[in-house]
Amino acid sequence: MKKTLTLVGVLIVAALVIYIAAIQYDLHKSYPESQQNLTGDALKAQVARGKYLATASDCVACHTAPKGGKPFAGGYPIDTPFGTILSSNITSDKSTGIGSWTQEQFDRAVRHGKGSHGYLYPAMPYNAYARLTDQDLADIWAYMKTVPAVQNKVVENQLPFPYNQRWLLGGWNLLFFHASTFTPQAGKSAAYNRGAYLVEGPGHCAACHTAKNALGGDSSATLQGGNLSGWHAPDLTPNPHTGLGNWTTADIAQYLKTGAGHNSVATGPMAEAVHNSTQFLTDSDLNAIATYLKAQPASDHQAPAALTASNAQMQLGKRVYNSQCSACHISSGEGVNRMIPGFVKNAQVNANSPASLVHMVLTGADGVKTASNPTGAGMPRFDWKLSDQQIAGVLTYIRNRWGNAAPAVTSDEVAKARKALKADSWLGAKMKQ
Amino acid sequence: MNYKRPKADVVVVGLGWAGSLIAEELTRAGLNVVAIEQGPWHDTHTNYTPTLSADELRYGRRREMLRPPSKETVTYRNNSSQTARPIRDWSYWVQGYNVGGAGTHWAVNSWRFTPADFTMATRVKERYPNEKLADGLIVQDWGVTYDDLEVHYDRFEKIAGISGEAGVINGKKTGKGNPFEGSRTNEYPTPPLVRSRWNDIFHKTTTEMGYHPFPIPAGTIGAPYKNPLGIELAPCTYCGFCGFYGCGNFSKSSPNICVLPALMDRRNMTLLTECTVTKIEKSKDGKTATGVTFIDSNGDTGFQPADIVCVTAFQLDNVRLLLLSELGKPYDHARQEGVVGRGYNFQTMNYAWLYFEDEALNPFISTGALATRIDNFNGDNFDHTGLGFLGGAGIQSLSDQATPLSMTDRLPEGTKKWGSEWKHAFKHSYQNYAKIQGQGTSYSHVDAYLSLDPTYKDEYGLPLIRQTFDYNENDRRMARYIHERVKEICAKTGAKSWKTKAYPDSHNSPYTPYDSGHTIGGAAMGLDPNTSVVNRYQQHWDAHNVFVMGASSYPNNAGYNPTETLAALTLWTAHHIINDYIKNPGSLVR
Repeated sequence: MKKTLTLVGVLIVAALVIYIAAIQYDLHKSYPESQQNLTGDALKAQVARGKYLATASDCVACHTAPKGGKPFAGGYPIDTPFGTILSSNITSDKSTGIGSWTQEQFDRAVRHGKGSHGYLYPAMPYNAYARLTDQDLADIWAYMKTVPAVQNKVVENQLPFPYNQRWLLGGWNLLFFHASTFTPQAGKSAAYNRGAYLVEGPGHCAACHTAKNALGGDSSATLQGGNLSGWHAPDLTPNPHTGLGNWTTADIAQYLKTGAGHNSVATGPMAEAVHNSTQFLTDSDLNAIATYLKAQPASDHQAPAALTASNAQMQLGKRVYNSQCSACHISSGEGVNRMIPGFVKNAQVNANSPASLVHMVLTGADGVKTASNPTGAGMPRFDWKLSDQQIAGVLTYIRNRWGNAAPAVTSDEVAKARKALKADSWLGAKMKQ
Repeated sequence: MNYKRPKADVVVVGLGWAGSLIAEELTRAGLNVVAIEQGPWHDTHTNYTPTLSADELRYGRRREMLRPPSKETVTYRNNSSQTARPIRDWSYWVQGYNVGGAGTHWAVNSWRFTPADFTMATRVKERYPNEKLADGLIVQDWGVTYDDLEVHYDRFEKIAGISGEAGVINGKKTGKGNPFEGSRTNEYPTPPLVRSRWNDIFHKTTTEMGYHPFPIPAGTIGAPYKNPLGIELAPCTYCGFCGFYGCGNFSKSSPNICVLPALMDRRNMTLLTECTVTKIEKSKDGKTATGVTFIDSNGDTGFQPADIVCVTAFQLDNVRLLLLSELGKPYDHARQEGVVGRGYNFQTMNYAWLYFEDEALNPFISTGALATRIDNFNGDNFDHTGLGFLGGAGIQSLSDQATPLSMTDRLPEGTKKWGSEWKHAFKHSYQNYAKIQGQGTSYSHVDAYLSLDPTYKDEYGLPLIRQTFDYNENDRRMARYIHERVKEICAKTGAKSWKTKAYPDSHNSPYTPYDSGHTIGGAAMGLDPNTSVVNRYQQHWDAHNVFVMGASSYPNNAGYNPTETLAALTLWTAHHIINDYIKNPGSLVR
């Protein structure tokens, strides 16, 4: 017995030693620079390419603090299931930013997930950026060196123990991180391959649109929809019920360019992605993304049987819809093109998870503003105006009307979301007391 | 503390319709614009969400969107022998108090004036050479014509998504719409609103009487629409909360919806909110302005230097700012000399309040501009020979009253206004009450004018604007004539009873219910510097880099709501600033 315990102890210690040795080896790996630094007009062109790629990668979204933070100066809080992480300062400031870095250090961080404090948290989508080509990485670095220095010290790691232990991420990487730059797939069109590169690499679409496992790694249901921060990022496969099956490539490109397309309008985190990133992509790149997404295998999400009009929740929902929603979303559920989402066969409405719908009704949302669609219409918040039961009812109603079919939303789900999102309580509850 | 801001190409004083439109044009032309607005920032999605905007107590009764009289007001008197007193409660002056100005809360009746309205002096000479007009009446041409403005009317209608039905396109009557209107180059951008039950009754009645009823043009959008600035508008829901309200449905034309979303993203556009401009500063030789002085929300005084000053505040504020700045010669009533404050005019109203017996008029289906109208007796659309007056009125069935509190006193004469009898009567009249409005022209008069009040001052110690106004003999004669026409129509509608009133039969008062909010003139445009403040380009005669835009420019008001014409005039001025003035600064006349 004692011997066995000793043996187990020795093995654990040995495993730890090996693990630490492996991490030390990993952390000290070198990534030689493969590109020469350019000068003059060639450098200008490189910086312009880098700016475009940094925009496609949407670096600015997470590396800028909300409400007036300086671009790239960090401090944006990313809420994960494990706690909060603040994004780092990636301006060219030498003391608090990355102004003293080399291209190799930049490469270590962006494509290999290793920063100056050790492993990065995968909130930074280095697993996607790993797909960046050597040239594109060098171009982005050339651009980042031109970002004006902003002195702003950020303490990134706000996580509780044990998640604040960066060394543990070596193991996470072993399980979920596969560093390999993108190589085009033979036999596929140039548009498909360009789309694949943008979606898998800089666009890091899977960061939100692929469901995560218990450890925060990507599940195998690639781009079939995922939940984060109280939103549901919908299925991007050509599933006609929950995905992009009814969207043409032109619809997808228009959505990414203007923030509105088919019957949908971008809100929540996607509004930020469109505002900061996709609206600036070339039409050819947007078309490539759409081509690639339309060529994915459809998810196997099946439409359940729709609830019938006699269902009690459907009856309540109909009353709430007619009095609260129909003025803007139209009594036929068709919405207003490019402005107010329509519900008829809307993939987000049919998603298994109603997280985004509940979120929208409780807290409202700003509509996306883009250069080509500056309207900025938005959804008002209804937390103060509708009870959990009424919100559950109206969402159940729109999810089972106009050809839609999706599981009923429960009052309990709404109540939990109300709490999690720190939404206001329903005024009617106070009146009842 | 005093401070000076970096110099701008253009400073815009007041960001309502005129300010937003001029800023949009000038920034698009590449000029660096700073706009200064007295009120706070308001945008549709944040301030007027559909869950909050239709609150009658808040906006209709307590007038939350208007500039409170406690902040600034007008002093008022009927004639120069009286002492003017400040208006201390809500009156018919409905001045905006937010970015978007009165353009946010207007009821969106969006009209072009008729060609004759701009050239009445010439017209009278040609058509009525022997008519004797009322003593003291001021009739003068604007210097700009309908034809000059047509392209700008068209542009505004496209920006605002105006709904309506054209009566005349390229000189040809369409057989629909208003056959008396000036010729248009295009149909309205969105289709006319659907008629209410009351509109239907009025349409049938006036058709049978041989008149030409048509749906009025409105800034309530008839169908989903994308404007030339790329902004989307949603179709009107006929909720009826328009005048005094912001529209949360993106269905009502306002600067906040139609212009600002595109304008505010431009790098050469800067907006200072909650800053009150107190003076236009003049250069040493007094021939140009150097910029404007303002007081910010901290109480500090700032100076905004600029090459061009655009005065685009509310009509009363435009005139007051010119007087405070001593720019142009103030009107001296006793000597009848001077121009600033002269040429004040208004709107001459007739009403009929009708009560049916067994109707279902469903007033909850309405908009601020849901009306069927006849223009047979408007402006100079009919022969005035031997009538002894100029002008006329558009006569319309206005279904603008979805707001229930405002209808609680709409009961037949003699009905008790409390208790169970009132409840019973209100229940009945809610579905049976209708109104006819005669919206009449107004001409200036030597005895009606604006000046600085000698006694009453605002919070900064600056004198308030003083209004001296009463109806003139031309107004009374015209209103009585229209009154007869209105009574004839009432008798044929099938209503059980009605009450009518020609407003000029009494003295004017700012507290008269249902009166117009259209305060006009005081900085008239024209061809002669002795009778106008600004030239035909709304450029100040005495300071060529000052442009004054708004209803303050009108020497007379038409039988229409004034907003669309001030928008067209603003775009006309913008066109000439961009194409002529910038290249060669100086007077645009000669």
